[in-house]
This record gives sequence, C-alpha cells and structure tokens, in this order.
Amino acid sequence: MISLTVNGKNYNVDAPKDIKLLWVLRDYLKLTGTKYGCGIGECGSCTVLIEGEAKRSCEVVAADAQGANITTIEGLPEDHPVKKAWIQEQVVQCGYCQPGVMMQVAGLLVENKNADATQIMDSMDDVICRCGTYHGIKRGIKAAVEIARKEG
Amino acid sequence: MKNTSMTRRSFLKGSLAATGLTIAVSATPLGYRLLNASQKDSISALSPNAWFAITPDNKVTITLGASEMGQGTHTALAMIVADELEADWNRVEVHQGGAREEYLNPILHSQLTVASAAVRGFYDILRKAGASGRSMLVEAAALQWNVPANECEAQNSAVKHKKSGRSLSYGQLCLKAAGLQIPKDPLLKKESEFRYMGTSIPRVDIPDKANGRAVFGLDFTVDDMHYAVLSRPPAYGAKSISYDEKAAEAVKGVRKIIPTPHGIAVCATSLDAAWKGREALKVKWDKGTHPWLDNASIEKSLMEALDKPGSEAVKKGDAQKTLSQAGKKVKATYFVPFVAHATLEPMNCTAHVQKDRCEVWVPTQGQTVAQMVASQVSGVPPEKVMIHTTYLGGGFGRRATPDFIVEAVIASKVIGKPVKVVWTREEDMQYDQYRAAMSHRIEAGLDSQGRLIGWSHKAVSGSIMKDINPDGIKNGVDIMSLWGLVDFPGSPDNNRIMYEIPNLYVEFLLSDLPIPVSPWRSVQNGPNAFVIESFIDELAHAAGKDPLEFRLNLLKNEMRPRRVLETVAEKAGWGKPLVRGNGRGIAQHTCFGTSAAHVAEVTVNEKDGTFRVHRIVVAVDCGPAVAPLNIKTQIEGAVTMALSTVLREEVKFANGGVSSANFDDYNPIRLSEVPDVEVHIIKSNEAIGGIGEPGLPPTAPAVANAVFNATGARVRRIPLTPESVLAAIKKA
Repeated sequence: MISLTVNGKNYNVDAPKDIKLLWVLRDYLKLTGTKYGCGIGECGSCTVLIEGEAKRSCEVVAADAQGANITTIEGLPEDHPVKKAWIQEQVVQCGYCQPGVMMQVAGLLVENKNADATQIMDSMDDVICRCGTYHGIKRGIKAAVEIARKEG
Repeated sequence: MKNTSMTRRSFLKGSLAATGLTIAVSATPLGYRLLNASQKDSISALSPNAWFAITPDNKVTITLGASEMGQGTHTALAMIVADELEADWNRVEVHQGGAREEYLNPILHSQLTVASAAVRGFYDILRKAGASGRSMLVEAAALQWNVPANECEAQNSAVKHKKSGRSLSYGQLCLKAAGLQIPKDPLLKKESEFRYMGTSIPRVDIPDKANGRAVFGLDFTVDDMHYAVLSRPPAYGAKSISYDEKAAEAVKGVRKIIPTPHGIAVCATSLDAAWKGREALKVKWDKGTHPWLDNASIEKSLMEALDKPGSEAVKKGDAQKTLSQAGKKVKATYFVPFVAHATLEPMNCTAHVQKDRCEVWVPTQGQTVAQMVASQVSGVPPEKVMIHTTYLGGGFGRRATPDFIVEAVIASKVIGKPVKVVWTREEDMQYDQYRAAMSHRIEAGLDSQGRLIGWSHKAVSGSIMKDINPDGIKNGVDIMSLWGLVDFPGSPDNNRIMYEIPNLYVEFLLSDLPIPVSPWRSVQNGPNAFVIESFIDELAHAAGKDPLEFRLNLLKNEMRPRRVLETVAEKAGWGKPLVRGNGRGIAQHTCFGTSAAHVAEVTVNEKDGTFRVHRIVVAVDCGPAVAPLNIKTQIEGAVTMALSTVLREEVKFANGGVSSANFDDYNPIRLSEVPDVEVHIIKSNEAIGGIGEPGLPPTAPAVANAVFNATGARVRRIPLTPESVLAAIKKA
C-alpha cells in the first residue's frame, strides 16, 4: 500500500512498489491532468508540486512521495494567478503540455514570490511544447507575474 | 463526445493487407444535405442540420466533425455558425461530433482534419446552415405575432419586432420554428453585420485544458478497460525469431499475448503489468530487410538517385533548350532529412469490439478512415462502428494515419474487453511515419538582363501518397511529395511554384528506402519551399538583384504572393542597414490557398558558426480572417515548429532501424531559442485559405537567406548546424 496526500486528500493505493508517481496519479487516482510525454524528465508535461516544489512525476517513485503534500493541476485553485493568466492570454493550443508548464511556473512563483517574468522565463527551457506556444507561454508568464503582484 | 450517430458509408473502400495496412479512400462529391425537421417523430429542438440544435432552455449546441488538435478549429467553426445564426455566444456550447456523412470535408471528401482545410472547407456550408436557422426563427416569430417577417429582426438569440417592441427568445421560438420549411438559399449576413467573425473570441477549449479537465485519448477510461503494449521490430522488415510467451503470461496482471502485423501485443489489466509483460517477453528479432541503413547511407542513396532518370511532373516551354542558351547558369543541390511528428501526446487508442458493435475512443484526425479501418479489423459493419474523437495532444498529420487504431481493435477483438493501446515516447519516435527526406537538384538560367528564363528541377523522396491514395500516383509522380513545387492540376490550393517562369521542367523519382513517410505540418510544402526560396535567393544574387525585387519581378500577375512580400518588406524594414554579423532574409510561399511571406533577422558568429534568429516578421493573406487571434497564434506556432527543423531536428537511423528514441536525443526547440514573431494579417477579399500550416514553409528559407545575407555562406541542407554554417562561411 502506498499512502499519498494529493490536493489535500489522502489516498491508499495498492500499486507496485517501483511505480512512478505519474502513473499512480493517472491510472489509480484518475487525476489525468498530469500528462505522460517522455517518461525521462525531458519534456515537463508531468510536472507537479511536491511540497510546493516543481517535480517531474515521471521520475519520482510514488512510494518516496509518501507523507508529502502533492499538488496537481486539478488541485491548483481556479483563481490561481497562473490559471487566470493562461486563460486571459489564451496560451493553450493542443493543451497537452500545458498543465506541466503551468505547474512549473506555479512552482517558480512559490520558490520566489517576487520573481520577475524574465527570471521565470529563464527557467523554462526544460519544457517542450510541440505546438510552439512559447510566445503564448511568455505572455502567460508576464500576466501571471502581474496578477500575482496585484493580488499580493 | 456526445454525438455518435452514423450513416451509411458506401462511398468507402479499402483493404487491410496481411503484411500491414493499405488504405484507399475514394469518395463521391459532397452535397450540403438538410434533414427535414418536420419528418422527425417528436420535436424537442430546432435542429435543421447536423451542425446545431436550439432547445427550449435557450441553449445553442453546436456539433462539429473536425478534430480539435490545438489549431482552434472548434472555436472558429462555431463562430461561423453562431454568427450567421445570430446566436448569443454565451449560450453556445460546442461538441465534438461522431463520424457522419455531413461532416465530410468538401475539399477532402473525407471527415479528415488536415491540409488546413477545416475553416476554409466548411465556411460556406456553416454560414448557410446558421443563416437557415436564423431565417426560420424570424419566420416563426412573424407567425406568432402575425406581422410580416421583414419587420422582424434576429438579435443575439432573440427575434425582435421593432414597431411593437416585442421580443421572443430563440428558446421560446425553437419548437415553432422546427415545424417550418428549411430555406434552401437563406440570406447570408453582409460582412458589416458579422458579430463574431473577424473578432478575437476566447477559445472554447481553453478553460478545460488549463484546468486539467480536458480528456485526451490517453486520459480516457472505461469500465473493465485493459491495456495493451506492443513489442515492435527494431529494424525495418524485421521478423520475430522467438519470444517467451510463458514468461510474459506469468507476470501478474498479464492476460494475453497477441501477435499483430505491427508487433507482439501484451494485454494486461494495468499499464504497468503490460510493460512488465513486454519486458518478460524478450522477443528476438532478425536483422530486417535493410541492416545497412543509417543516416549516411540514406543521404547517399537520395543524393545518388539524382543521377537517375525521373518521371516528368511539369513541362512548360523548353527548359533544357533555354538553359543551353542562357547567359548565366546556376546549379545547386539541396537536402532535407527525415523529421518526426513527435506530438506531445504519444499515439494511443481505446477500442471495445462487441458482437454487433465496435466503439473507438481515439485522438484522430480522420474519422472516416478510423471507422473504415475499425470496421475491417473488427468485422463489424461501418454503421455500427462508433468513433468518439477525444482531444488530440497534437496532430500535425501523424494522427491521420490509423495504425494505432488497428492495434487497439485487434487486441479488443481477441480478448473481448475494452482495450487501450499505449505507445511510449520511444515507440512514438521510432514507429512514426516521418516527414519525408528529400534531395533536390536545380539548374536555372538567367538572360543578359538577369531575368530568370529557365528552371530544371529534379526531386527524390519516399511516397506520401502510397498509403493515402495509391491511385493518385500517376506515371511515377507523387504530387504530394512535390507540393510547393507542383500541385494537382487545377487545385485552388496553389501548392505550387508561384513564380512566372517561362520554361519550367520538374521531374520526380520515388526513392526505394523502407522508411514510412506521411504528411507532416504543411506536408512537403515545408521542405520544398526551403529549396525553392533558397535557390531563388541564389539566383537573385547571381543576377545582381535585390532578393525582394527579383521575386516581385517574377510575380507580376500573382497578386496574392506579391502583396504579402510587399507588406512584409515594409513592416520588417527591408533594405535598412544592418550591423556586421547581422543579416536579413526574405521568403514567400503559397499553400492551402494562403500566401505568406517572412523576413528573418539573424546574428551569426562567424568564428564558430552559431547563429541566433531574433526576429521574424510575417505577412499573411488567408482571405477572410475568421478568428484573428487564432491566425496569429497558428503562425507563431508554425514558425516555431519550422525553426525547430532549421536548428536541430533530424531523425537518426542505425542498424536498419531508428535510433532516435526520446527527447534527449531528438531535441525540439526550446523557449529561449524562439525569436520575436510579428504577424501582419492582410485585409483581403481573396478566397478563404487555410491557416494551420501556411506559416511554416517560408520560415526555413527566410532564416537560411538571412544567414547568407549576414555571411555570404549558403547552406543547402537543414538543419543549419554551427558546423554546416562554419563550413559554408569558409567556402564563401
């Protein structure tokens, strides 16, 4: 049994010991907003927050995340600056990579509440968007930083 | 995913060959068919056609057949219907429809979301469909009030009678309207009356996608669903020698080992178990049919093929004779490698084959083909095959091919359960049907005034049409491989060289490499535009002319490409001085009915050959601009994807198969590498064109021409690596 705390809820999952967090979230907890893109931590589609820090869930063994607070895209509040910014700026195209991209931006905002947009953009080269929404992601980051600042 | 109604699919034919998949689709021309509402048993809504229903709760449900893969088509198409219907956008809900005859794209004769054809294909049909509904609602109100219809006006989901100030909502009118005759030729709005078209409405799919609620194929689940993964041959043509079925079946959760034409499937109750079962299967493969295959041998094979005779694709005037008399001749050879689609969502499909029906939940670009293939594999008649299209985590042409659907249907048929087939990233990369690698040789002649008088061109590539439309390959010429150079006769898409060249000869040779190829965003317009627009630049230089002037002189009567060139030149400050090491390049291309021109600005480090693209200015003429925000973001995306192929993308081969496996060794463009992109949409009365792809082709040549402008180095192969740029600098 693996015990996990995801989006404030506790779960006990009967899954193999070596299973990665990504697959527990998707196949056992049906939290499918977290995506599988590469399985080797290269694309960022599976990014979640573990204790507020952006992590690649495809590389985290689920059992190692026991006791930690895990946040997925579903658990990020709808009025979170990143979600508001992404809708306001119409960042998304196919949308498959975006939950991971958004969680990474959210994590960077946790890490440094006062980060400016450029600082965040400089930490975004480890995500891949095949639709090529990078211009939109940049607009989204600028808007998220602004919203976060306004809301204090 | 609500609508699953089916109609007879007698227009389809196809065959599933034992060795793999061969599909032929031929179709009758599509008519715009209206269902007669009054023939329905009970009326609960106004739904005069396949596209919308208005219900007494005053909701408008718009159902669309095209696939949403990020190109924003659900929003753009719904805007067209809602606009002509004069519906309140806040009351509109958009649904993905199933496979049905009304949803066949009239350009493609298939329910297929490719060729940038959704908006341009359905523009007239949807306007008419919306306008029919509006006319019926107005008539219903006029009857209700007993006033002439021309005193009534539809406005934002209500009909108003100005004189009396009365108003009835669409919800109040819908049942009465449903009993009326459907007008055959409803009056369409004037452009000045458009409420939504031409404005930037937020996309309908974004809130669900930004909240992780959107269901992609990989996210879909159904009760009692099993999983299947395949062990696939590591080399082209490789056959399995042995495998340990018992060891795989001993893995907890594994249910069945199923040999398929694509590999050996392991079926299990969980994905984890399926993967562990596949590992335990330990399949041994033989060396396949082309064990020597690697990148060097591929390039050598395509380049050497240029010396063999090809098949004539175009002959206008006498290029050979003109060349022998030309004052100046320019000759060059170009090469473009294989690149992968690499959609972020790997291929997948869920199927459930039952005795008398088959359900398929799949991120597909082609519902018609999906239904046909699922029918053939399952043995269930097509009208009993339900295609539920999920959101697509990227398409780019890859999801028009039904290979993953075949696998899910086979597995479900064997075990009698719903089965989801999941590809890993590695499988997605190695069993892709790539953008075709191509070699080109061109010779052109200039007269004493530097005018282009003759152009002789030979191109070699694998066949795009072999699996899609084998009957379309005439005399050895695969026109889709030549798109951008040569289009089908009379095609309004203009996937052809637009320059007015008096003597033009194009020949084509099919390569015999075993690597499967398929359409990849813009099809071969991308590679071919790189070649044509780089070579035109070489000619301008040889003629001593400015590259913009040289192009404009060859487009005296082709106003659409002419205008995008003039516009982009003005917006980009063409001709303004640049500092040393910086360069500016221009390119234009027309495809899928749209013309686009790009100016790229680069800085090249002449010491190490590295370069940075810092600005790309685009002018585009797609005719009526239905959804301007979408046009801008599609161009940004297309430029970015193209730039990725300019910087790095190239599939690696070794030992007869594909060695590129994941994003660590096949590395698409990243955020910091993306230049500023400015998009200028030309106000145009031209015919409506596509937008998902036409922003892509001019990108690579604009960048290569900018590198030339900065350094005098001409690189005739993408990707432009620092090594190739440096080598060209040394040669210059």
